[in-house]
Amino acid sequence: MTLPPSIPPMGQRDKLLEMSNVDKVFGGTVVALKDMNLTVNQGDFISLLGPSGCGKSTALRLISGLMRPTSGHINWEGGQKTGDLGVVFQEPTLMPWATVEQNVWLPFRLRGKSIRDVQDEIMWALKMVGLEKFQKSYPRELSGGMKMRVSIARSLVTEPRLILMDEPFAALDEITRHKLNNDLLELRDKLKCTVIFVTHSVFESVFLSDRIVVMAARPGRVSSEVTVDAPYPRTEEFRTSAEYAELCRKASDALHGAMNEHGTRASA
Amino acid sequence: MSTTDMNTATLVDEEELRYARAEKREKIAKWLLPVLVIALAIFLWDRMVVWNDIPHYILPGPGLVLETLIKDWGMLSDALIVTLKITLAALAVAVIGGVGLAILFTQSRYFEMSFYPFAVILQVTPVVSIAPLIFIYVDSRIAGLLLCAWIVAFFPILSNTTLGLNSTDHNLRDLYKIYGATRWQRLRYLQLPTALPYFLGGLRIAGGLSLIGAVVAEYVAGTGGIGSGLAFRILEAGYRLNIPRMFAALLLIAATGVVIFTAASLLSHALLHKWHESAIKRES
Repeated sequence: MTLPPSIPPMGQRDKLLEMSNVDKVFGGTVVALKDMNLTVNQGDFISLLGPSGCGKSTALRLISGLMRPTSGHINWEGGQKTGDLGVVFQEPTLMPWATVEQNVWLPFRLRGKSIRDVQDEIMWALKMVGLEKFQKSYPRELSGGMKMRVSIARSLVTEPRLILMDEPFAALDEITRHKLNNDLLELRDKLKCTVIFVTHSVFESVFLSDRIVVMAARPGRVSSEVTVDAPYPRTEEFRTSAEYAELCRKASDALHGAMNEHGTRASA
Repeated sequence: MSTTDMNTATLVDEEELRYARAEKREKIAKWLLPVLVIALAIFLWDRMVVWNDIPHYILPGPGLVLETLIKDWGMLSDALIVTLKITLAALAVAVIGGVGLAILFTQSRYFEMSFYPFAVILQVTPVVSIAPLIFIYVDSRIAGLLLCAWIVAFFPILSNTTLGLNSTDHNLRDLYKIYGATRWQRLRYLQLPTALPYFLGGLRIAGGLSLIGAVVAEYVAGTGGIGSGLAFRILEAGYRLNIPRMFAALLLIAATGVVIFTAASLLSHALLHKWHESAIKRES
């Protein structure tokens, strides 16, 4: 729970993970991801932005180790250990039979630690997402946004080096989504964590990230990268600023560029 | 406080009151109606017998059945205990065998491929047609009865539990994989809890089936004397044209079935009410 003092500016960050020339082919014919190169640095907030079928989720599954690349390499600086990775899915993905604290306990439980030994860590993670009063509740007693917070607490509890988020707020209403966006940035500011965030939303990606990796479909590939150099902390004022609008336009242009690139059909 | 009072006063309107009244009525009707219908049926049964002068060796009235139940209680309760023992033992073995096989099935696809058809064959073959063979090969009568009841009862537990073990949320499965869960951890912390509601559904069916299995097997086995269950008492009473005793024994079998079903339902509620959709009351 010791945190580095602050995230250094982009360009001065230490490397955390590198994807080099990664291809993923399904069934010998469907190219889900083609020649992806991505360097993730410590403290980066990277959004993977793109239309459906652009390989965002495939990239996430490759990084999480759930799939192996057909060719190419994914290398962690200093090797990868269990607990280095936290994952948040599109659904909260909680175990309905377990209380909030038992759900957050899961990563430790699977390493053979009793809930008493990690009580402090669990409470810390719940406090981080503002749910310390709900430790004994069952998921069904919580709202959609609160369930998502539990899911985020579970991904934080091991203090991972990298958190992967696969469209975590896509199923929430806009007001809840904005609130969780704000809270996520606050969390990131406190924890200095590294995040890769998959999203469909230009606005969300600009608000959250300092790097937007724009992807194109058929075959899934990286099309361009947009740097969001607006300073953190970003607040509700930022959301309505001219700077934000301008950045959104830039990201939106990049996305449209990706969708019109050669090799992409004029659909979606 | 006065504002709250005012709020409640305005919030509970005519419609809400009507709704509350309807709910209350329904709550009472839920118990009262079935009791009334059963009472009415028994009353009509009694009147039919009396009005038509039906002799008791054709159709005894409910009073006579009750009288016989009390009079023959010594013999019938012994038989009830025998039937109960076989039923519960068969159910226990069905639970152990069904859950055990289901776990083996989900641990190894090849095991499932090899033995699932075997389980289906056992299930679809009517127990009455296997039972005579079983009683030829199995010396112990109790073991034979148990085997018959088990064959009938274990399949719903096996198929439901297998379905449950395979119904885990795929994101949770991924999460377990990312966190490096062992096969055993995945089974214990993820698959078994997921399968619990399915298993309990199977248990409710299996409870009734094990009773049916025990009764049917006893009909086939047919030997009497000490240690006979309710089914044999029914057969025996039939040969002696003691129709009231047939009814009394039948009553006990039906009651046993109801008790087993209720117990399984209560168990299900106790285990699931905190988290599972099936046990959660809908608000409004």
